[in-house]
Amino acid sequence: MTDHGKNFRRGVVDGCPIALGYFAVAFTLGIAAKNAGFSAVQAMVESLTNNASAGEYAVFSLVSAGAGYIEVAVMTLVTNARYLLMSCALSQKLPAETSLFHRLLVAFDVTDEIFGISIAFPGRLDPFYTYGAVAVAIPGWGLGTFLGVVVGNVLPPRLVSALSVGLYGMFLAIIVPPAKKDKVVRGLVLLSFLLSFGAARWPLLWGVSPGVKTILLTVCIALGAALLFPVGEEKEAQAS
Amino acid sequence: MKNIWLYILVSAGVSYLIRATPLALIRREIKNTTLRSFLYYVPYVTLAVMTFPAIIEATQSPLAGLLALLVGAFLAWKGYSLFLVAVACCLVVFGAELLLL
Repeated sequence: MTDHGKNFRRGVVDGCPIALGYFAVAFTLGIAAKNAGFSAVQAMVESLTNNASAGEYAVFSLVSAGAGYIEVAVMTLVTNARYLLMSCALSQKLPAETSLFHRLLVAFDVTDEIFGISIAFPGRLDPFYTYGAVAVAIPGWGLGTFLGVVVGNVLPPRLVSALSVGLYGMFLAIIVPPAKKDKVVRGLVLLSFLLSFGAARWPLLWGVSPGVKTILLTVCIALGAALLFPVGEEKEAQAS
Repeated sequence: MKNIWLYILVSAGVSYLIRATPLALIRREIKNTTLRSFLYYVPYVTLAVMTFPAIIEATQSPLAGLLALLVGAFLAWKGYSLFLVAVACCLVVFGAELLLL
């Protein structure tokens, strides 16, 4: 019997560093929103309904450039396409019998961070764990954007720098333990670091948005690994 | 002047559809080994791709970011919790930038 209450509280705890990081990052978004002519409430609604830093940033810059609705739709699709991949992976992490209602609710806040901790949940994912994390992370995100519009960036750069690295620290906490157990994952993590570093410096990719670069690298590396090192049932069970 | 609320509606709709479509449509366990393996590797690869070099670009001093990466990876290897690893990275950057800048 799954203890939803306990998992929800666990989610709240793991969501705290996410909320802090989001709060700091969202300030900068708020400033971009203000420049695009969004009011504080509009910017907050944009954040609460989009939950995507790069995607929202793209929207704000397009709107301030006077772009049309179609352009905004296409750009949102491109910058956020990696969430499609993440949702595919999550669909296999949820118990098969999960209701449509819970699937649609989990879908609402598939962000890099929420996805990361949901995948790290031991065994099959209890949606209530994700809800717990979302319950603290989303207010941080929305409030940060709101305040970014109202007061600009009042956080000292030193604090923003420190808080935003917390999010990457979380990613490390998610990818390193499986990398310790499984040498294929370990090799993949190192390879991903290397190729991502290379891609950031490869002139041919300079015009490509970071979102698209992430997808290209993820698909190539993960597909190569899937073909070379297919995962058997026993390994998946061991990893979870 | 275009309507800002319409922009919000368009971007929110697209963002949600991207996330909801796979979760709503893929209801069963995928049996194909290659596809299963691909989805098994996706989270680790994509999070790694997003972590580096972004972690050294997010800080004011790249060295502070690099230190956070090393300390974070070490603590995670030792099995410390998500919360602790995240907080440790923040403290490392804060401390390093106090000294470096």
